[in-house]
Amino acid sequence: MRLIADLFLLLGAAFLALGALGVLRMPDVYNRIQAGTKSTTLGAVCFLIGVGLLHPAWWAKVVCIAGFILFTSPVGSSTIARALFLVGVRPWTAPSEAGAGKQGAERQITADAPADAIGTAPEQAGS
Amino acid sequence: MTLNSLELLAFALIGIALLLGLLRMLLGPGAADRIVAADVLSVTATAGIAGFAVFFATPLYLDIALVFGVLAFVFVVAIARTIEANRGDEEGDSA
Repeated sequence: MRLIADLFLLLGAAFLALGALGVLRMPDVYNRIQAGTKSTTLGAVCFLIGVGLLHPAWWAKVVCIAGFILFTSPVGSSTIARALFLVGVRPWTAPSEAGAGKQGAERQITADAPADAIGTAPEQAGS
Repeated sequence: MTLNSLELLAFALIGIALLLGLLRMLLGPGAADRIVAADVLSVTATAGIAGFAVFFATPLYLDIALVFGVLAFVFVVAIARTIEANRGDEEGDSA
């Protein structure tokens, strides 16, 4: 029983570390949202299952925290992605296909204003 | 109940995850990257506080983890709504 709990703890912590590594390594804001949110949700839920198996008397609070993370983490990330898309942050395209037609066609799907201040400019304060 | 090496390794991996997210938050090239890093860090920190409950063997930290998760969700949604509201102010409600 304790070995199963330790394996769940280790699996959850590994997914949390890989999600943070994906947030560090991915090239774009949208890729970072994907990599961070999915693996972080799975890692946190696995870690909480491990906590609940290690101390079975705490299961009610652990189930509350796990259900809350399962409910709020996709909602929060999709809210961030929707806000950034409406502001006008462009999705990342691969630098190998930097030709004229295809990239121009992909940029037409964004919102109407190319407000680059939120996404990539380093001197963004709050304007 | 003393901790064995697998549990200590799991806690070390959560510490590594917090450090990597903090690094992205420090050198993220825009406000959006920092907000995404804050979202990931909040979920990771919620699991880490539940890990504190195991480490100190008291269930008090689970309440702290639950309240921290609620406040982090409210923070993320408030920041996202603030970005959308600024967009409406700048462009004159084009959508």
